[in-house]
Amino acid sequence: MAERLLDIKNLDVDFLLREKTLRAVRDVSLSIDKGQRLGIVGESGAGKSVLGFSIINLISKPGKITGGEIMFGGKDISKCSYDEMRKIRGNHISMIFQDPMMTLNPVLTIGTQMMETIMAHMDVSKKEAEAICLEKLKKVYIPSPEKRLKQYPHEFSGGMRQRIVIAISLLTNPELIIADEPTTALDVTIQAEIMELLLELCETDNMGLILITHDLAVVSEVTQRIAVLYAGRVVEIGPTSQIIESPQHPYTQGLLKALPQMAGSSNRLNQIPGMMPSLFQMPDGCPFEPRCEHKLDKCKKEIPKLTKLASGTEVACFAREGGE
Amino acid sequence: MRSRWQRFRESFFLYSFLRDPMAYVSFAIIVVLFIGAFGAPVLAPHNPYDPTTIDIMDSELPPVWSAEGSTKFLLGTDNMGRDMLSTMLYGMRISIIIGVGAVALQAFLGIVIGLLSGYISKLDNVLMRIADVQLSFSTYMIAIFIGAIFQTMFGVANYEKIAAPLLILIIGLAEWPQYARTVRASVLAERRKEYVEAARVIGLSKIRIMWRHILPNTLSPVLVISTVQVANAIMSEAALSFLGLGMPMSKPSLGSLITAGFEYIFSGSWWITIFPGFLLVLLVLVINLMGDWVRDYLNPKLYKG
Amino acid sequence: MGLPFRLLPKKHMFAFTVKRIAQALLVMLIISMIGFSIKSAFGDPVRELVGERVTPEERAQIRERLGLNDPFMVQYGRFLKNAVQGDLGRSFFFKKPVTEVIIAKAPATLELVFCASLIVILFSVPLGIYSAIHPKRFFSRFVMGGSIVGVSMPVFLTAIMLIYIFSVELKWLPSFGRGETVTIFGWWESGMLTWDGIKHLIMPSIALSSIMLPLFIRLIRSEMMEVLESEYVKYAWAKGLMPRRVWLVHAFKNTLLPVITVGGVQLGIMVAFTILTETVFQWQGMGSMFIESVERADTALMVSYIVVVGAIFVVVNTIVDLIYGLVNPTVRVAGRK
Repeated sequence: MAERLLDIKNLDVDFLLREKTLRAVRDVSLSIDKGQRLGIVGESGAGKSVLGFSIINLISKPGKITGGEIMFGGKDISKCSYDEMRKIRGNHISMIFQDPMMTLNPVLTIGTQMMETIMAHMDVSKKEAEAICLEKLKKVYIPSPEKRLKQYPHEFSGGMRQRIVIAISLLTNPELIIADEPTTALDVTIQAEIMELLLELCETDNMGLILITHDLAVVSEVTQRIAVLYAGRVVEIGPTSQIIESPQHPYTQGLLKALPQMAGSSNRLNQIPGMMPSLFQMPDGCPFEPRCEHKLDKCKKEIPKLTKLASGTEVACFAREGGE
Repeated sequence: MRSRWQRFRESFFLYSFLRDPMAYVSFAIIVVLFIGAFGAPVLAPHNPYDPTTIDIMDSELPPVWSAEGSTKFLLGTDNMGRDMLSTMLYGMRISIIIGVGAVALQAFLGIVIGLLSGYISKLDNVLMRIADVQLSFSTYMIAIFIGAIFQTMFGVANYEKIAAPLLILIIGLAEWPQYARTVRASVLAERRKEYVEAARVIGLSKIRIMWRHILPNTLSPVLVISTVQVANAIMSEAALSFLGLGMPMSKPSLGSLITAGFEYIFSGSWWITIFPGFLLVLLVLVINLMGDWVRDYLNPKLYKG
Repeated sequence: MGLPFRLLPKKHMFAFTVKRIAQALLVMLIISMIGFSIKSAFGDPVRELVGERVTPEERAQIRERLGLNDPFMVQYGRFLKNAVQGDLGRSFFFKKPVTEVIIAKAPATLELVFCASLIVILFSVPLGIYSAIHPKRFFSRFVMGGSIVGVSMPVFLTAIMLIYIFSVELKWLPSFGRGETVTIFGWWESGMLTWDGIKHLIMPSIALSSIMLPLFIRLIRSEMMEVLESEYVKYAWAKGLMPRRVWLVHAFKNTLLPVITVGGVQLGIMVAFTILTETVFQWQGMGSMFIESVERADTALMVSYIVVVGAIFVVVNTIVDLIYGLVNPTVRVAGRK
């Protein structure tokens, strides 16, 4: 079997506060092959952004990786030195943040912000670096790229800014792009354009993509596999088509039913009753148990592990084990 | 109903206060200093204002631990023969009174002007322009200028007679813009809130709204800057005294003592300047530390409230 | 969120500048009027001209000749006219025109302020940045602790302490005066060109900087800490840039903006403190001149100092405002949480 691009095994991420330790990511395992596109779905607070940042070890203090491994390029990058990690960030693994207005430094030109990425990782002359910048700007369909290099972020629209950010992420020809809610801050009409662009780029250059989002619609169009995150745990992971058409975990089912398209004749949205537990008050057993329709006695006391079903999807649910 | 004392004992205020060593140590030192200052008539071994007890032959005696020191004058004597310890205690009292008095005046002026400015937009422009100009001149500068002008007006002798209240006036006048700006910002923020709209609809007069409704809510930021302002006022008074525009040598504040003692460090009587200097720094330092703590404590709440 | 100043249409930029300058002139006018009122109320121009031994008749004659019986506004107008031409009256003590006295003393003060500012900038920037990046290290805490103490010590006390330690006890540095000075450009007496002069400059500069330094350290540190939490700094880390670049290019550039504004205003405080420092060190600059003029009731000199210093403030503040407008803050609103 070809080596996986990224292989996360049993990852734990804790936040060490003064009085207690909160676990934001619990025992998460997922992997992605070269050129594959994986979506990480979950609601706010489920830990998806933390997971994304932990891959490049950029979690805000007081967060820390406290368990598990992240295998990339044959090494466990959760434990490598600062310098080694720096050489991977922005170079082999690029990241796209949510709001491009906040991400781009307002007092530096686009050109500076692009060139510095190249100069930090690649041994090229300034002229060559500039050529690369222009090439990538063209790839994201930004008109008159030569003029753009001297301009400042606020001179662009939201959609253009995100394209620039995508261009920056392509500069070093990374193997993997992590996109954290890349379209949430943009207009709906622009969202589709940006997602199409990402899709096209990943396909042409055979880049891996981890798309972190709460938007099921977006994820269904772009990704090949989906991992559903709930309260810091992966509760279901499998091929996109299967997850969308026949979700197995009660939470995933609830999510899909809650989509406006599924509202049904009564025109009322199907909500999942209750709320996701906060990190301060995590139940001992399955985190979804309080809201679950299919709960068993076991669910309150034990935490279900991911088990593979015949269809290829993995599910962490006692009610589904041994089924299908 | 729990009594006020009980509520205080269980309050978050007391809790965070006791947890922060800087807070309670500073507070303890402030209490000790205040007791020393205001208890001076009782605590001081001598009365530095009574000329009959002062003997010029006693001047420039070193502190008790030196060879020529005596237990009669624990920290030595100054150039006029006054006991250092006693004069320092009385001096600290004057410094504190002027500091607190000046802040009371600044706060009063600042709050009134801030309220008017925030509520009546026609006055706002003018008042704030004046405040800005005054602030940009640095309050030390203004205090020194006003002091210089007053001294020219009254003549040195008269000036010294009314030095204490005059200093309160000077420093009060110099620093009101700080308070005015803070209060005005609060007022502007509060004005937008619904309860003010409601009060206006009911028909309450402007003054009543300002006094009963808006004012209590602006007190929090006022408290925050007050501690630091007291420290600043004490330092301003010391600076003015140093320049000869402050308290005279007959009723010295810590600043005047330092000034008087300055020339004597060259002849070896270092204690005349160093001891009052140390006391002044200690006083201002602990007030600043308390002020920092108060500010950190009140600020997060300000944002939530 | 507006566009930065430099990108506004030309006419807006112009209007802004004109407005600021007009405001500055208005303030100058008011200061000069206040100054003049004081002078005319308490000064005695006759004495300034001819001293004290003058008979009452001669006095009345001179008063008439000087136009001292004219209405206030006329006298004020005359004052303004003279002032604009550089004539601010005569110092009764020095028996010279005020402008001459001030110009003679200015270099001493200016050099002192320059050296103190140098100290402040050279030390506050690295110390501020360092304690922002590594706030929990012992050195950072030490610097912050030192800052609070520094802010609690009045300038003249610092000066006195310095003199006591370095002049009296250790006998390393001289305790008063400017030392050897060299005249350059025909009139500027500089103390910076001789080793002796520099030795005399050391303690006063340190004393003068002692209040500003802690202020700036704390300011730079708190601004920098806020900037370090912003999204764009996080993104810079995500791009794998070298730490030095992230700190100095991405973070520090954004810290500079608020620091510049505050910095301009602090200059005002610096001038106030020259009065104190010069008095302690018997430094023959404008500050000690002012205090002496108060003691001698030399109103012309005293008032002129106030007016000149006022003018300096207004000019500096206007320039700072204009610079700030050029590097407009609305730009930096983006990217902050």
